[in-house]
Amino acid sequence: MITQSFTVANPAGFHVRPIKSFVQAAAAFPCKVSVSCKGKTVNGKSSLSMLTLGIAAQDEVTLEIDGEREEEAMKTLGELLVKIHE
Amino acid sequence: MTQRLTGIAASPGIAVARAVVLNREEYVPARTTVERPEQETARLHEAIGQARAEIERIRDATEQKLGAEKAAIFEGHLLILEDPDLIETTESRIREEAVNAEYALHETAQTFVEALTALEDETLRERAADVRDVSGRIIGILRGAPRRDLSQLDEECIVVAADLTPSDTAGLNLDAVRGFVTEVGSRTSHSAIMARSLDIPAIVGAGPGIRAVADGALVAMDAVEGVLLIDPSPEELAAYTDKKAAYERRQRELRAWAQRPSASADGRRVELAANIGKLEDVQKALDNGAEAIGLFRTEFLYMGRDRLPTEEEQFQSYKYVLEKLAGKPVVIRTLDIGGDKELPYLGLPQESNPFLGRRALRFCLSRPDVFRPQLRALLRASRYGNLKIMFPMVAVLEELTEAKRILEEEKQALVASGEEVADRIEVGMMIEIPSAAVSADLFASEADFFSVGTNDLIQYTMAADRMNETVSYLYQPYHPSVLRLIRHVIDAAHAAGKWVGVCGEMAGDLTAIPLLLGLGLDEFSMSAGSILPARERIGSLNYGEWQALSREALNLRGSGDVQAFVQDRLEGRRDI
Repeated sequence: MITQSFTVANPAGFHVRPIKSFVQAAAAFPCKVSVSCKGKTVNGKSSLSMLTLGIAAQDEVTLEIDGEREEEAMKTLGELLVKIHE
Repeated sequence: MTQRLTGIAASPGIAVARAVVLNREEYVPARTTVERPEQETARLHEAIGQARAEIERIRDATEQKLGAEKAAIFEGHLLILEDPDLIETTESRIREEAVNAEYALHETAQTFVEALTALEDETLRERAADVRDVSGRIIGILRGAPRRDLSQLDEECIVVAADLTPSDTAGLNLDAVRGFVTEVGSRTSHSAIMARSLDIPAIVGAGPGIRAVADGALVAMDAVEGVLLIDPSPEELAAYTDKKAAYERRQRELRAWAQRPSASADGRRVELAANIGKLEDVQKALDNGAEAIGLFRTEFLYMGRDRLPTEEEQFQSYKYVLEKLAGKPVVIRTLDIGGDKELPYLGLPQESNPFLGRRALRFCLSRPDVFRPQLRALLRASRYGNLKIMFPMVAVLEELTEAKRILEEEKQALVASGEEVADRIEVGMMIEIPSAAVSADLFASEADFFSVGTNDLIQYTMAADRMNETVSYLYQPYHPSVLRLIRHVIDAAHAAGKWVGVCGEMAGDLTAIPLLLGLGLDEFSMSAGSILPARERIGSLNYGEWQALSREALNLRGSGDVQAFVQDRLEGRRDI
């Protein structure tokens, strides 16, 4: 299991489209992806649960990834968290 | 008796028609115990499959009608259909509690609706509507009661509902539906956004008063003002019909200007640009025919947070705007903080006179840790479009040369580290301080362009705080003192072969435009909504005539005289 924290850079926060990209990317990995923000932890493969985190710009988000290809998943998903989305 | 209600004008327009009132009771499925939960799970999946087919149909129709961007809402709905937390939780509820699929799904969806509704962020809160829309659709299929299909409305009508789901709105038959009114909602609701792209009048958040509307009642809506009349009198009806015709004629006239060049009747070309303050403004600027971004205020990156933005975050934002403008000019102003804009996390000392204090460039020059990352982010973004960098609040030449020196230093460092930076980036300055205006000729050799910030220039010229209502009479954009300063700036810049813009309120002011055009202004930068009326005004003016008239206006006795002088000539009361 690996854990890493990221700061969300997207000025508009982490809304529908970024979450969609994130969840679709997460679903492609076999490992378990947990996302924590402001003391709440949810399943990183569920867009609805991700939405309920209410992630805003500059929030710190922690990914906990466990299972097959976890390193690769951390790299891909971490990049999506810090990217600026349309 | 006419009943009058007010709400939020979510999508402008005027309509008069009979109401179609949508059933406003929300269906809450009853809990029933089932003997064979696996049968319920199978029903659930069958209903999800059917819902998927329906949503895909709506998505395709929306894409055809409004383009892929608007259809993305329904991509989001398809994602909800596949959401593991929604579906798996519903399945386990069916299994463990041995309950019917409708109930299990409703309960599960409700937990998400509640969690989303509790969020602070309005955009995220609105997503609760998507969850309701999708789960409502599946439940409707499960119970064999599909929703009223709004694409089947075929008589001219105004739809009245507690709320409209995104799929309701996207499915409206636009040949028949003249507008809609909802009890709840905000300007950022899906239905409001959708109404604006469908270009139909909409009033949202009209409150429980709309429950008084009977199906088939005559209603008149003014979605410019946000007013709804229920059962209007014949006189009111006639007034609304006239208002509607006038409004639509005006819209057609204005829209025609979106495709036309910004030029006076005798062919003087100018540039009409937009002022933006956040990334969401860019699309609106383009939709309104902006030929450039004349002022990109970067404060939004710094405000409403508890620490400085990173260089990377800034870079991404600048790159986004530059790419979106696809080669059209983008003037980005470096941080203009201080005055009425504070950043608590910088812990700056209170100043007794903040508008005359260490604000904007003065602050940035004293804080390289703030200034340099912004310059680096700008330089790195420069290769993604046509970037022009602008420094605010320059009073003396040394401030400009120092800022340019730091910029050049950062540029060299970036190039040395292998970063790609555009070869030629125009570097200009705001003219807000009278010292800069009266000695514009001194600055013209060092600046590639000037942009006159008229709001501040007026306040500093008149020595009148624009926040202080007791001296607000001194805010006089048409006063010859202000116009003379602008004339001097334009003449000095043109003598040195540089261009000049105005990015304050004055640029979009229909009375000021003839004067600014006549004085030779090259670029007018304003809020997006002002661009089309401004372009229309410029198209009606004769530059040659206003060259002479604007100079005449500069010799009048005061603001009121100038205003009357311009109005009289615009309205043809006096010969030009």
